[in-house]
Amino acid sequence: MKFSKVSIAMMAALVIFAGAAMAGETLDAVKARGHLIAGVNGEVFGFSMPNEKGVWNGLDVDTARAIAAALFGDADKVKYTALTGVQRLPALQSKEIDVLCRNTTQTLTRETINGLNFARVNFYDGQGFLVPKKLGVKSAKELGGATVCVLPGTTTEMNAADFFRSNGMEWKPVVIEQTSELNKAFFAGRCDCLTSDASQLAAHRTVAPNPDDYVLLPEIISKEPLAPVVRHGDDQWYDIVNFTVMALIEAEELDVTSKNVDEMLNSKDPKIMRLLGTTGGMGKALGLDDKWAYNIIKQVGNYGEIFERHVGKNTKLGLARGLNDLWTRGGLMYAAPFR
Amino acid sequence: MEKTYPDAYMESLKPPVTSIGVIGWIRFNLFNGAFNSILTIITLLLLWKTVPPVFKWAFIDSVWFADSSACRGSDGACWSIISANFRFIIFGFFPYESQWRPLLAMTLLFGLLFYSKDRNHWKKSLGYAWIIGLIAMGMFMRGGIFGLAPVESAKWGGLPLTLLLSVFGLTAAYPLGVILALGRQSKLPALKLLCVLYIELIRGVPLISLLFMSSVIFPLLLPEGVTINNILRAQTAIILFTAAYIAEVVRGGLQGMSLGQYEAAESIGLNYYLTMRLIILPQALKIVIPPTVSILISAFKDTSLVVIISLWDLLKTSKSILSNPEWMGFSRELYIFIAILYFLGCFSMSNYSRKLEKELSTEN
Repeated sequence: MKFSKVSIAMMAALVIFAGAAMAGETLDAVKARGHLIAGVNGEVFGFSMPNEKGVWNGLDVDTARAIAAALFGDADKVKYTALTGVQRLPALQSKEIDVLCRNTTQTLTRETINGLNFARVNFYDGQGFLVPKKLGVKSAKELGGATVCVLPGTTTEMNAADFFRSNGMEWKPVVIEQTSELNKAFFAGRCDCLTSDASQLAAHRTVAPNPDDYVLLPEIISKEPLAPVVRHGDDQWYDIVNFTVMALIEAEELDVTSKNVDEMLNSKDPKIMRLLGTTGGMGKALGLDDKWAYNIIKQVGNYGEIFERHVGKNTKLGLARGLNDLWTRGGLMYAAPFR
Repeated sequence: MEKTYPDAYMESLKPPVTSIGVIGWIRFNLFNGAFNSILTIITLLLLWKTVPPVFKWAFIDSVWFADSSACRGSDGACWSIISANFRFIIFGFFPYESQWRPLLAMTLLFGLLFYSKDRNHWKKSLGYAWIIGLIAMGMFMRGGIFGLAPVESAKWGGLPLTLLLSVFGLTAAYPLGVILALGRQSKLPALKLLCVLYIELIRGVPLISLLFMSSVIFPLLLPEGVTINNILRAQTAIILFTAAYIAEVVRGGLQGMSLGQYEAAESIGLNYYLTMRLIILPQALKIVIPPTVSILISAFKDTSLVVIISLWDLLKTSKSILSNPEWMGFSRELYIFIAILYFLGCFSMSNYSRKLEKELSTEN
């Protein structure tokens, strides 16, 4: 086979191009492309799922929309790639996606071995147990010898195994691949309890024939800080994603909502002025427009609004804020100062 | 007509009522002996126990067009999970207002398939019709010209995606498989080795692992910044996989041909290409219609495996609906619906192959 000089030159250029990974690269690529590519789950209600018209919805989706609003001033400039648990990390590493907003738990090995950076947590989850009331169990510690319905893979199964072993209890896992089938098995009485992330257990409970017959046990047996993820090696991009999440939290703390954000532009509170870019420099420092946070809040809302819209009290999930409340109200949501 | 015998005599000549007609049939087929009688009774009992409740569930107590709360109050099937989410199941993420476009593309595809069924229509013009049809389908799906809004392939989903993967998968895999089979029989050792290696390697791994490789490992090997469309990667994996299986089936057909056929072709001076084209392949491919069709059918069903790499085919759009708390728990209805769609596809394929076999049969 004969290679022309041109093709050899092109290949050489490609190799050089591939070797150059520098700060700002992701931002430039996204800006040149004109839209953000976000990896999402697609099957978790309240976090990322299409509605019956095929429009994406959820807390993770809104996080991606907030990033797009910060970048382009238009929250709709996102394309979503649905990824499975196995695909999600390679998709990020191979630059198929710019950011992963797919209920991914921050862990040490993912940060180090997988070469990823987790931004500020956008949802604190944890694994819990759902049991029928008639079982008469008040604490997960009384579950010795129980049959437990659990999804295979992921960390859920391992957490449950750890929990039962460390408490010296026997358990019989009933492993069922799909959420809806798992529910059916549980409500049909195949197992004594159902374990999953607490945010999802709430949704499972709502589809019970009689939801009041079931109760969530108080123990949360694992920590699942879920956060947007980016690749190692592009600090500017990491800062943008990180501060987008923090802008959502900061806005809630300062009572700036999508409804009052225009009035807030006239606010004399220096914190609000810095956040909304009336006194400037914050956006420039990130490599964005000074109106970046204004655009986020105007188009997507603050963290509290997003939470209530997708997973809060008036949704099917009906979750309380709990750990996801602001630090001022006893939760863990805390943004670094915008200065 | 004049009567030759009195009625009473005619009556006595007739066989007894119990051995003719419906009753006779039942006696001779269902109750001809103690064992068969017991089996019949057991079967009837089972049918009596199962059919009415299923019928009641599916048709009488069922809810067809209502919201999920109405469903939860009823004992019957909740078909409204399908009616309420129909467009998402079928079209996936295709922009809601433009969903007439994939609909039109599918209609076009079905029309062409239907027209191509008749062998009398197999002329050059049909080939052109297919080319024009495929271009038109691509145009409807992609958009970007004639004022149609462009829709990138990442938004293709549901039934059009399933059809795309199967129709292109099968039509591309078949010729590739035939070429591989011929290659395996080749007298050139290098070519033969290559084909054997390919066939055995591909047949040695499950389709799932091929799909995983195409979607997870392959992108890591590409130079940075270069991405190849997810659908295209899955499509390629399906084609490569199916082709290897078809190759082996076709090889069976080729080996089934008597040597005389080859010799006869040689003796009238046909070269390799003409021998294959005119003498060997038409006969060999005809012999292997049944196994080929079963491979095509299983390949059609295997396209649903793209679920695991998050392509939103028919099965994935359905699965996504089931994780919505509103519709959680109505998986039976949805899966029955999907099963019917797949059955229609598979059944028409096997039906058509039987028809084709009959038409091509040279035996009298």
